[in-house]
Amino acid sequence: MRRDVFQAIADPTRRAIIALIAIHAMTPNALANHFDVSRQAVSKHLRILTECELVKQDQQGREIFYQLELEKMKEIDKWLEQFRKIWESRFNQLDNVLANLKNQKK
Amino acid sequence: MKSELQFDFIADKENHSITIKREFAAGKKLVWQAYTDSEILDQWWAPKPWTAKTKSMDFREGGHWLYAMVSPEGDEHLGRLDYKKIVPKDSYVGLDAFCHPDGTINTAMPRANWKANFDEMGDHTLVTNIIKYDSLDQLEMIIKMGMKEGITIAMESLDELLSTLSK
Repeated sequence: MRRDVFQAIADPTRRAIIALIAIHAMTPNALANHFDVSRQAVSKHLRILTECELVKQDQQGREIFYQLELEKMKEIDKWLEQFRKIWESRFNQLDNVLANLKNQKK
Repeated sequence: MKSELQFDFIADKENHSITIKREFAAGKKLVWQAYTDSEILDQWWAPKPWTAKTKSMDFREGGHWLYAMVSPEGDEHLGRLDYKKIVPKDSYVGLDAFCHPDGTINTAMPRANWKANFDEMGDHTLVTNIIKYDSLDQLEMIIKMGMKEGITIAMESLDELLSTLSK
């Protein structure tokens, strides 16, 4: 089944998990302590987030830590480029909208 | 002709802010209207193939714009912009947010401070958008949200758009 990022953030618990591990990597048990849900439920959310490639696992001894999948600056640069393209696209649409509005006024 | 319009995109990682300047071939009054009238915003705010749909608009200091970004499949993702300061036809400052399906603000997600300045350049208008996050962590989180979905789709549609425009 194809997972996407919106599915990842559709659930409030998953959004909270992302917010928590954005600060530092955590084990499922440590995460479960933050929520009023079972350890199993937290594991299920972590599995979905992993499938969405938003988090990755890091085995340290017997513990598995979950952390956000980030190659920091590289990702930021990539994202900025995409963000720039979004604004370009948006503004090109606005050019057309403005041209239409001007014509209507004539 | 479009290529002659000024477009600057400046990312300042130190200050977690992004400045986007764009010149439009229209007067300040009309551009201001396009940025603040929800009926016009709906026509351009979402990058294709997404569409924007206004749920409610209260353009005044303390008011907010609640809108949905609608995916090509019809899924709605709510966002809102809270207006903090408005200087008619000159500038406005807002705080953006991701929302739960009921329209309440999702406090687990970072919010960005938005500022838009409108400057006259003869019969053209220069809009300066400044988007600022509180921390790099927040910027990173937004990056993770936006990386994979919608944005990739938007890029595909942009290529399409550009090829039409260049004909």
